[in-house]
Amino acid sequence: MAERSSLSATGLSGARLSGAGVAHALRLEGVSRHFGALVALDAVDLEVTAGERRAVLGSNGAGKTTLFNAITGDFPPTAGRIQFFGEDVTSLPVHERIRRGLRRTYQHSLLFRGLSVLDNLYLAVRGVSRGRYSFRRPRRDDAALRSARELVHLVHLDHVAGTVVANLAYGQQRQLEIGMALAGAPRMVLFDEPAAGLSARERRELIEILRSLPRHIGYIIIEHDLDVALRVVDRVTMMHNGRIFKEGTPGEIENDPQVQQIYLGGGHG
Amino acid sequence: MASISDDRARAAAPGAAVERAPLRLPKGWAYLPLALVLLTFPLYANGFWIVQIGAYSMILGIIALSLMFLAGYGGMVSLAQMSVAGCAAYFFAILGHSSAEAISLGWSAWLTLPLSLLIATAFATMIGLLASRTAGIYTIMITLAIAVAFFYFTRQNYDLFNGFNGFAQVEPPHFFGLDWRQPLPFFYLTLVVSALCYAAVVYLRRSTFGLTVQALRDNQRRMRALGYHVTGHQVAAYAASGFMAALGGLLLVWLNTRISPGTIGVGPVIDILIIAVLGGLRHPIGPFVGALAFVLLDNFAIDLIDRERFNTVIGLCFLAVVLFSPDGLLGLWEEARAALTRERRPRD
Repeated sequence: MAERSSLSATGLSGARLSGAGVAHALRLEGVSRHFGALVALDAVDLEVTAGERRAVLGSNGAGKTTLFNAITGDFPPTAGRIQFFGEDVTSLPVHERIRRGLRRTYQHSLLFRGLSVLDNLYLAVRGVSRGRYSFRRPRRDDAALRSARELVHLVHLDHVAGTVVANLAYGQQRQLEIGMALAGAPRMVLFDEPAAGLSARERRELIEILRSLPRHIGYIIIEHDLDVALRVVDRVTMMHNGRIFKEGTPGEIENDPQVQQIYLGGGHG
Repeated sequence: MASISDDRARAAAPGAAVERAPLRLPKGWAYLPLALVLLTFPLYANGFWIVQIGAYSMILGIIALSLMFLAGYGGMVSLAQMSVAGCAAYFFAILGHSSAEAISLGWSAWLTLPLSLLIATAFATMIGLLASRTAGIYTIMITLAIAVAFFYFTRQNYDLFNGFNGFAQVEPPHFFGLDWRQPLPFFYLTLVVSALCYAAVVYLRRSTFGLTVQALRDNQRRMRALGYHVTGHQVAAYAASGFMAALGGLLLVWLNTRISPGTIGVGPVIDILIIAVLGGLRHPIGPFVGALAFVLLDNFAIDLIDRERFNTVIGLCFLAVVLFSPDGLLGLWEEARAALTRERRPRD
């Protein structure tokens, strides 16, 4: 019940989320990213439907995080085209893509360490709403502040809402990272190794949080822990050397001999 | 118990927490004695102490406060705050009345005052536009370069800035039937402006804008990933702090009744940084504490050591503070308080 009310107030159940009329939430066509002579992404084609939950798996250096950076605009692609809900966002700056409903978390938590948990979430909500330059203090009944409090609850951080982020445990910082990605009215979230460094209990909590997200929010998750990744997604995309080489359901991917060879260590054995 | 209530308070109000625990300065009524001392200061002090120590400290404090807002909250160390203050002072002289009648336009103070504030704020905004393309040491370098360029420009331009001579007889406007040049009114005018600037920074820190400025300090990449236009917020921070510095600049020109390139040279530019760091960048009261210490040293170092050695004295003080208390004189206060608390605890 509490979560349901949270979702409504944080905008997670907003009407614009469905992407009605657009077949693909995200479409990448021939996206490449070069760093000098290094080809981090090589002509990647990817389609993710609205509300779909996708895992992107691959060994270290496969290009997974670079793919996220290309999608969000942190490192724009050197070639190719990116469409988000039918709109070409290839040349848009990061903040414009975010305002269109794209969110992400980072492999290493990027948080405002000098501010409290509530401040972080308040800023996350405010970032995609009006009043970003307001010289006024938010009132107690401010909608953004209310949403931030509900996000605090959603990511199970009520007991540390006033704690400065620098003083949080690592697992709590990861939970906050997820909360910040869910602020506003996200249409698609990119989770970059959200389970990295978490204890078994924290991983269970993470799975619970991901599963409790409304179905209309699609997400792509990069995760090395297959126990987490395969339990929270509909489809899996495998990457190797900057290319996509296989797609399928979690069951198909788990039993694929080529995947086992490359990703699960068979090739190194 | 205290920590629980503190947590609740922070949870209720964003911005209540900073990475290092906020300085635990007295709150509310505890400031009453300080307010009384300041309000009654002119009753038991002579003109020199009222103006040259009291008012001058507050003016430097306002300009340093503008730097504290940028550097302490926003992580943007700008060395051009004195230049912004000087810009306001110059344009008050150019648009209003001064001894350089061929240049000064002689407009009414009611027009000159807001216009000079506006021009100086625009100048600060332009500095922000340039400086926001840099970070860390490069921000310091580019703002220093702007400050030096502005200094040389005013010194070499005679058509607008009257070159080396600058402007003399620049007096505050007469309003409410008072001569604001007189020590008493000027002291209270400075006190009111200082209090307003201090209150504005305290208020802004917990406003949405203030939170975004602190977030800029912590993580600009995350700011972008939340949908913020980082450059826009940086420039807005420069503009807000520039307005404050401009207020300080107007008071400064009214105090000295003159403005010349010497007021905005490299020395005064660095002095503002010294004052802010000396006092402490973690709390808006820091720049005022630093300014008072600076002005006292400036005036009385001659009694301790040769007048020419003032820079050695202030340099040594600066070094000592940076080495032993990175949080400035306010940090020393906190350490002393913590030490006293530790001493008392066993008896409790």
